[in-house]
Amino acid sequence: MALLQIAEPGQSAAPHKHRLAVGIDLGTTNSLVATVRNGIAVCLTDEQGRAIMPSIVHYRDGGGIELGFDAMSTRVSDPRNTIVSVKRFMGRGIKDVTHIEAMPYVFEETPGMVRLRTVQGSKSPVEISAELLRALRKRAEASLGGELTGVVVTVPAYFDDAQRQATRDAARLAGLHVLRLLNEPTAAAVAYGLDNASEGVYAVFDLGGGTFDLSILKLTRGVFEVLATNGDTALGGDDFDHRLYCWALDHARIDPPSAEDARRLLMAARAVKELLTVCEEAPFRLRLDSGEEVDLTVTRADFFEMTRALVQKTLAPVKRALRDAGLSPRDVKGVVMVGGATRMPHIQRAVAEYFGQEPLTNLDPDRVVALGAAMQANALAGNRREDDSWLLLDVIPLSLGLETMGGLSEKVIARNATLPVARAQEFTTFKDGQTAMSFHIVQGERELVADCRSLARFELRGIPPMAAGAARIRVTFQVDADGLLSVSALEASTGVEASIHVKPSYGLTDDEIAGMLRSSLEHASDDLTARALREKQVEAERLLEACAQALAADSELLDEAERTTIDALIARLRQLVTGHDANALSDAIAALSRATEDFATRRMNRSLSKALTGHNIDEL
Amino acid sequence: MSVDLSLDYFALFGLPCRFRLDEATLDHAWHTLQTEVHPDRHAHLPDGSDRRNAMAGALRVNEAYTALKKPLTRAQYLLELAGMGSDVINANVMAPEYLFEQLQWREAVEEARGTNDIDALEQLALRLQIQKGGVVEQLAVQLDDQRDLDAAADTVRRMMFLDKLRQDIDNVLAAFDG
Ligand SMILES: Nc1ncnc2c1ncn2[C@@H]1O[C@H](COP(=O)(O)OP(=O)(O)OP(=O)(O)O)[C@@H](O)[C@H]1O
Ligand SMILES: [Mg+2]
Repeated sequence: MALLQIAEPGQSAAPHKHRLAVGIDLGTTNSLVATVRNGIAVCLTDEQGRAIMPSIVHYRDGGGIELGFDAMSTRVSDPRNTIVSVKRFMGRGIKDVTHIEAMPYVFEETPGMVRLRTVQGSKSPVEISAELLRALRKRAEASLGGELTGVVVTVPAYFDDAQRQATRDAARLAGLHVLRLLNEPTAAAVAYGLDNASEGVYAVFDLGGGTFDLSILKLTRGVFEVLATNGDTALGGDDFDHRLYCWALDHARIDPPSAEDARRLLMAARAVKELLTVCEEAPFRLRLDSGEEVDLTVTRADFFEMTRALVQKTLAPVKRALRDAGLSPRDVKGVVMVGGATRMPHIQRAVAEYFGQEPLTNLDPDRVVALGAAMQANALAGNRREDDSWLLLDVIPLSLGLETMGGLSEKVIARNATLPVARAQEFTTFKDGQTAMSFHIVQGERELVADCRSLARFELRGIPPMAAGAARIRVTFQVDADGLLSVSALEASTGVEASIHVKPSYGLTDDEIAGMLRSSLEHASDDLTARALREKQVEAERLLEACAQALAADSELLDEAERTTIDALIARLRQLVTGHDANALSDAIAALSRATEDFATRRMNRSLSKALTGHNIDEL
Repeated sequence: MSVDLSLDYFALFGLPCRFRLDEATLDHAWHTLQTEVHPDRHAHLPDGSDRRNAMAGALRVNEAYTALKKPLTRAQYLLELAGMGSDVINANVMAPEYLFEQLQWREAVEEARGTNDIDALEQLALRLQIQKGGVVEQLAVQLDDQRDLDAAADTVRRMMFLDKLRQDIDNVLAAFDG
């Protein structure tokens, strides 16, 4: 409701309940949950006081799962059923996954998103991620002492629509209300910028376990404007481990290793990599199942040499983002380093050389994303104070296009457009009497559809039969603040409408999600109807609160008849809010919302003209 | 509606309807409006007409900002307000000297591309940038001072060409980044 938003100058909004909201960094390697407590963002810890939860899920033979630290030991003893780095599979087909040969899983040959075969049956990456999210939700609810109102889940900025949808689906499956999907580098910029009251152009360089993002932001008086973003959703610390793994196979002359040994070698590689951050050389030593001993020594120089190409690979997105922003490295005031893999000295050196300045490493690269997400969650839940009115203006990372004749992609929305963004395009029929038309939506920068990512196909039906070229079909593409696309279509002369929510070619259908929800044990025991009623009651309470404030502030914008209607609807809603009929409650909420629609518009216009007048006076 | 959708882009931001524009003022007006209508401002409110209105407003404000921010789209928008749509502009016949200029640019870009000469491409991008600066100044005179719409339409067409060329160069350079 816009009604609630508008507090008159000098008049503070009525105090309302603090809503429980958290930010979740769902990482490839590590996940965290954070919240804002007494105005300060803090990470929530487990019983042992640990903030980080390794993103590992173990499906036990005979049922049950282990998560996080508890699942670390089974990585070697039960590699097929112990899933690490599941984020790399989100919204991806089997052909998209790099280094699949070094992974000890059993993949299923299914169309769309990859699936893993475990002792507990076939699992989608969405379900596996939902387990991680559910664990973080439990941690948060135990720590905050109540049910969460909403969460902000972070995603790599360069995630495409399919990967974002998959993340959102996972959160839904975990029973979370997603307030926003927030880009990881943007979250980091918020945490950094608000802490340091920064102004100017900053770059965020985020190299995690599995993904790389580079965002350029302009910070002006509390506005965080993303100018450009670029990245590689399949580049991270894991790839450095993989280089060491290959090097070890080569130098120790190991035949293709077993699943257990592959996992052992990868874990040893990661340990070596991390040791080389602080030491000049590190031992690569382990005993394999076959009884073979690996006993190697890796020097920093060796490691830098074998990963030189990976470091170079991070610079390409940096250059592209700067070019898109129309800036040169000199224009950047500071480079904020995020993600555990930015601890590697040769990464820091490459960044320093490219930008001609030492990067900013004074914040905790593991936590900063979760902390920024918590700040955003707090604001979106409506907990922010009046004087605390920062704003994020983020962008779409990859262009959206439509397939045209000859398999070419015609760009409909350009990359780096500020969100939300909508674009309408008109099409016409090419045959007499044609009643249907199909569209293929792709994402990516390449000219050929085959080189872009297929997001979805949809068909528009029920076009009234007309002569070829007479129908005018207006298709609107809209990308919301989560970076998610929806499409609607309208035949202009007859008003035939079809609204299509895009389900990605790699995503799950609503039915699949519903099925997973049903089969999920947790939710079978949850009383879903009670939860639905509770949600409606919360919504009704908020609406009543909003109306009361709006009427107190601006009731003169209503005529008598309008006022009577609104008062009657408020009374009815008050009556229903304590009852048990979720449907009646839902109807009453809708009725009151509709009745206050015009009122809200008038209030908004009044407040906007005030805002702009204020602005003009500022300028004088 | 959360913002008056009937206002033209300039009026929406409280700016005078002309080509010359102070970017900082536009940015500030954009931020001010988005602070009111951005979906983040309404996320805690129940789903309903107010959220939809705010969304429509946020979309409109971004659309307006995008159009006014760049000199080319701003000039196109001014011509459109004056009744000169893109179809009219595109139907304009280019003067021979401009056609010749375009031919020369194209040849230079093709040559640098053919020999994978990154330095040459970057040089060309720089020269384009300088030339574009001159064209922007010309547009300001034609649109704001002389009110010569036909001449401005010609200049807009020239600028469309320069922009397209710049994009081509950028795409080639981007391919060399990785
Ligand atoms: N001291 C260190 N030296 C080198 N690498 C390190 C060090 N500490 C952590 N890393 C690496 O950082 C990566 C994990 O970083 P982080 O926790 O930021 O990733 P994530 O958030 O889980 O992943 P993503 O953001 O890509 O989804 C791992 O590859 C880990 O090996
Ligand atoms: Mg991360």
